[in-house]
Amino acid sequence: MAAITPPRGASLAGIPQLRASRFEGRNLKNLIYTIVALIVAGIAAIPLISVLYMLLSEGGVRLFGNVVAIFTELPPAGFEMGGGFGNAIIGTCVMVGIAALISVPVGILCATYLAILGPANRLATVSRFLAKVLTGFPSILAGVFAYAVVVLWMGTYSAIAGGIALSVLMLPTVILTAEEAMKMVPQRMKDAAFGMGCTRSQVIWSVVLPTGLPGILTGVMLAVAGAAGESAPLLFTALFSNYWMSSLSEPTASLSILIYNFSGMPFENQIELAWTASLVLVLIVLVFNILSRIFGRQKY
Amino acid sequence: MSRNAVFQALGSESVSRPPSKFDYAADRTFRSLAIGCAVLIIALVAYILWEIGGAAWPAISSYGLDFLVGTDWNVSEQEFGILPQIWGTLYSSLLALLIGGFFGITVAIVLTQHFLPPRIAIVFRTIVEMLAAIPSVVYGLWGIYVVIPAIRPVANWLHEALGFIPFFSTSLAGPGLMPAVIVLSIMILPTVAAISQDALQSIPFKTREAAFGMGTTRWEAIFRVMIPTASGGIFGALVLGFGRALGETMALAMLIGNANQISLSLFAPANTLASLMASNWPEAGAIEQNALMYAALALLAITFVVNVFGTWIMSYATRHTR
Repeated sequence: MAAITPPRGASLAGIPQLRASRFEGRNLKNLIYTIVALIVAGIAAIPLISVLYMLLSEGGVRLFGNVVAIFTELPPAGFEMGGGFGNAIIGTCVMVGIAALISVPVGILCATYLAILGPANRLATVSRFLAKVLTGFPSILAGVFAYAVVVLWMGTYSAIAGGIALSVLMLPTVILTAEEAMKMVPQRMKDAAFGMGCTRSQVIWSVVLPTGLPGILTGVMLAVAGAAGESAPLLFTALFSNYWMSSLSEPTASLSILIYNFSGMPFENQIELAWTASLVLVLIVLVFNILSRIFGRQKY
Repeated sequence: MSRNAVFQALGSESVSRPPSKFDYAADRTFRSLAIGCAVLIIALVAYILWEIGGAAWPAISSYGLDFLVGTDWNVSEQEFGILPQIWGTLYSSLLALLIGGFFGITVAIVLTQHFLPPRIAIVFRTIVEMLAAIPSVVYGLWGIYVVIPAIRPVANWLHEALGFIPFFSTSLAGPGLMPAVIVLSIMILPTVAAISQDALQSIPFKTREAAFGMGTTRWEAIFRVMIPTASGGIFGALVLGFGRALGETMALAMLIGNANQISLSLFAPANTLASLMASNWPEAGAIEQNALMYAALALLAITFVVNVFGTWIMSYATRHTR
């Protein structure tokens, strides 16, 4: 820190000069820091712009030029031209659907316990802590877990195993956001319902859940968006398939694994398809992100 | 007066009635379901630890602790060791934390200390949040076709000019540590930025005003008052960001080069625990799978400790700034 010097002109007029120049001492330092900080922040925005530009320029041509083939054809083999990844889109949707079917009811029930039934008791405290720890749980370990439990038990890689792995990853998001949403429900609304003689579950069903619904949906949408983009757990549970899906208990294709597989291939066509699949995947994720923002905007 | 007597006294005109048997049963069922789900979370975490531990057990009993310090991963001779992977995991995550942490905290400061007009701040905040929405594989693909070609000339120039420094001792042939670290730091930036923003925003406004009232410039207030006050939350953000970086898989599997070696060089290929699992799993036989499970257990232990520590710091920090 610069030493504080007496203001210029102080001795001449007897009045200290209170207006400091922008370019001296501490102010200059302040200005430099501001410029550096803004430049650093600007650099932080470059990756997103670059990713979006690459997705549109590399994947956009194929997607918009050949929509029907992309959605209705199977992934091409080695030197084949054309093709699409309809099976991977279906596979991703099915597995995320299974995961949502498991994690949404369980997560919301757990959140009602954390927010309303036992906010401060030991069970709630431990559950909440573990849910927070699970948010930072490496996704690949969810895959390893689902492999050890479901794949070894069923004897085959399957969409069910993939869905279960994804549900482990969705649970903490659903629980923590739903808990926050239910805590935001004003106490007087709950009191009014109790005063009318409602049982605790009637209060939850008819007052807390409907009022907290937008917040709960925000969490669900965020969880779905996250799960749709996951790939590491699927590597261990759903693997990949080059064919249309015929049952839930067979290896299943997904967009993210398709991108992973095709990214390392030496063929132009496959790399182009990897970019197109990335664009489709990012669009799916963005749609759910935007949905979550729309639900989150309604305040009560 | 018994409860039924109360309702009799109200007379037949009254619409109120005691909860029926069904209401009581529904209430009890619902509550026990909710308790069941809360218990389920605890059971799930315990079951995950148990299952991964159980699957790794054959490897643990045959390799013991040598597994953690061994440096070979040789499937044909069944020699497995994960020291290079542990090194790669920690080294890449620390470097990513250095870069991502610096950018993330700067972004948080710019967004919370009124540097930008509100409209632009909203746009910029959305951009940073969107960074978190891009899937890991897409970052991997982007890293292969954008980051590697972009930094290769710089890396190779650094190697030629400053090759005597251990960090630049190899040239960047393609996949390597540096591209992986860059992508990794982009991926943890939103986490660090979001949590640090919360920490900075929870400082009462009068703290800031008091600093300005003492005649500080904006950055003196930030460095001497705001950051020290929010330090608990910012530290928690860094720890949680580190936890994210440790477990990140796909982008690293695509970018880091999967070479089991210990090197200080930023441009040499390396490996991490997660990318070892992702890249070796599809072709692994039973014995290698057990060894990979052991690696998974090691990763689980590292991330679990880091995340518990981070979550604990966060709850401590939020309790003490209010």
